[in-house]
Amino acid sequence: MTEKELDAAQQGKGQETLSKELLEDMYIKMLHTRLFEEKVAYFFSMGMVHGTTHLYVGEEASAVGACSALEVEDLITSTHRGHGHCIGKGIDLNKMMAELLGKETGYCKGKGGSMHIADLTRGNIGANGVVGGGHAISVGAALTLRMKKQDNVVLCFFGDGASNEGSFHEALNLASVWKLPVIFLCENNLYGMSVPVSKSMNVQDVAVRAAAYGIEGRVVDGNDAIAVYHAVKEAKEYVKENGPILIEAKTYRWLGHSKSDANVYRTKEEIASWKEKCPIKRLRKYLEEAGISTAEELDSIEKQAKEDIDKAVEFAQNSPYPSLDTIMDDVYA
Amino acid sequence: MSEITYAQAIKEAMSEEMRRDENVFLMGEDVGLYGGAFGVSVGMFEEFGEERVRDTPISEAVIAGAAAGAAVTGMRPIAEIMFSDFTTISMDQLVNQAAKMRYMFGGKAKVPMVLRTPGGSGTGAAAQHSQSLEAWFCHVPGLKVVIPSTPYDAKGLLKAAIRDDNPVIFIEQKLLYRRKGEVPEGDYIIELGKADVKREGKDVTIISYGRMIPPCLKVAEELAAEGIDVEVVDPRTLLPLDKDTLIQSAKKTGRVLIVHEAVQTGGFGGEIAAVLADSEAFYYLDAPIKRLGGLDIPIPYCPELEKNAVPTEEKIKEAIKTLMKGSAKA
Ligand SMILES: Cc1ncc(C[n+]2csc(CCOP(=O)(O)OP(=O)(O)O)c2C)c(N)n1
Repeated sequence: MTEKELDAAQQGKGQETLSKELLEDMYIKMLHTRLFEEKVAYFFSMGMVHGTTHLYVGEEASAVGACSALEVEDLITSTHRGHGHCIGKGIDLNKMMAELLGKETGYCKGKGGSMHIADLTRGNIGANGVVGGGHAISVGAALTLRMKKQDNVVLCFFGDGASNEGSFHEALNLASVWKLPVIFLCENNLYGMSVPVSKSMNVQDVAVRAAAYGIEGRVVDGNDAIAVYHAVKEAKEYVKENGPILIEAKTYRWLGHSKSDANVYRTKEEIASWKEKCPIKRLRKYLEEAGISTAEELDSIEKQAKEDIDKAVEFAQNSPYPSLDTIMDDVYA
Repeated sequence: MSEITYAQAIKEAMSEEMRRDENVFLMGEDVGLYGGAFGVSVGMFEEFGEERVRDTPISEAVIAGAAAGAAVTGMRPIAEIMFSDFTTISMDQLVNQAAKMRYMFGGKAKVPMVLRTPGGSGTGAAAQHSQSLEAWFCHVPGLKVVIPSTPYDAKGLLKAAIRDDNPVIFIEQKLLYRRKGEVPEGDYIIELGKADVKREGKDVTIISYGRMIPPCLKVAEELAAEGIDVEVVDPRTLLPLDKDTLIQSAKKTGRVLIVHEAVQTGGFGGEIAAVLADSEAFYYLDAPIKRLGGLDIPIPYCPELEKNAVPTEEKIKEAIKTLMKGSAKA
């Protein structure tokens, strides 16, 4: 099957046909994610972003596809590579950019930075600087939903590397025995920093690990936003009835692991071959070819996305740094 | 003698020990081809191969536990945990397993492992990548805890740690990795548990370690111009602690400031203060012992806040001046 036929088949096989509005919303969020990261990379090169940051370029379909299948009240836990998850979940771009610049108007008042963005009002329980840090938290969050009899779910994002942490195995096990509504969504971008999956686990698919905990594991094309959407949408209903599920989205990060990565562990050809599979181009192509949106409409969405990011940059740059007087604030409630 | 960085000094120590003893090997996340997150082991993979420079999965518990297991059965592993914050995930293996084996087994086991891990703030990596957790390890009998402040100390102490028959937590300082210093070529050892007087002085003693040593020395130079003669003592190993050198210095100057980056409450500075208060140095003190630790907060991201979360040169200077004023002699 060609990519186009695959997309169409997936769109057809899903229980619902996605509306133009939803698809275009996914498109703009993917663009926001890409453009956001490009700005961050630029700020980095200018020495304006402090510390380190892990860019999500190439993986946009996974976060946006998955989060688009969630309600505002559904919860996510995110990772060190979390900008896409935030945007997928509908976060405020201004506050996000401001946080990256360490500004008072940022999501965490300048105290968290790239790896700690959270928006509890929109169901984002937090990015996480600790690999595997979100697994157990997602189990607890799902327990809350159960105990408070709320009909929502938790989606736990994590990487292939994180599935080697003990916390992954403990969380899947407990979520399974307590039948909690958690979608464990592994974004397998083939590397944990420099180490390829083939050297860190002896199974090809992270999804097969689900079997050890008596739950279902599924694999989805992580560069296909629509496929990820359907997988998560289906999983949502499934986990409410049956307890957790493990979905593995196969994808790729185009850039280095973080800003200090010399990229010695993978070839230019490999990176180029994945750039061919750009998830954003792919969605655009589908929208046009399936006659859902016109080229003009898509161009105008792209223009809008650029403007939104420029605004966020302006907002962030014009915002003040937090005052030193706030340094002791918020340690305790 | 040649000028090399702190990171290179650590690499030289590992490489020389690996050449000397085939039981020594390195394992950890991205220590191989990538050369370690901070580039400490760059080139070692090429020299020693993947059998002895082993990339592990992202699994801190098993890295520490496997090191303990290999050590108790005859190897001398060096395990790296990419950030000291993630030793929290290794804690059961370090605290309940590695540290306890020898004693629990009635002295029948040796656990000659080194756990290397970068600590401290200053890189903008925020609260989960910036902590100074040394006091935790010092609270566990059976472990040794080392924090070098210079390339020279780093090399000599790491060699001693590798040859030591006990589990040693070797905390490296991110902000010192690129700092250069004189290091003799070839083999030399700095015994664990021997403090170093980094600067002699007669008016006041600063006891500090790790990445706080350079600012303390700088302040000492500046204060010398104002007529205050500061002695700077670096214990280098917190466990075992060279109490004698600290006590002698306190007796000599009569005033003590303890400086560390780790948060003040429950920090190792409290232990040092208690050791001095509990010694004959107490009778020589001209002012109460003063502690200057990090603020009791997680490390913030914003650069200005981050800088002020830990002792700055200004705060160190201020503390010394307060100490001088409060002194009976002054
Ligand atoms: C517990 C812990 N160990 C190590 C690290 C350092 N680290 C940050 S990201 C990363 C790789 C994570 O790989 P994966 O989970 O596959 O996610 P990806 O980076 O590929 O998105 C590592 C080793 C960390 N942040 N936390």
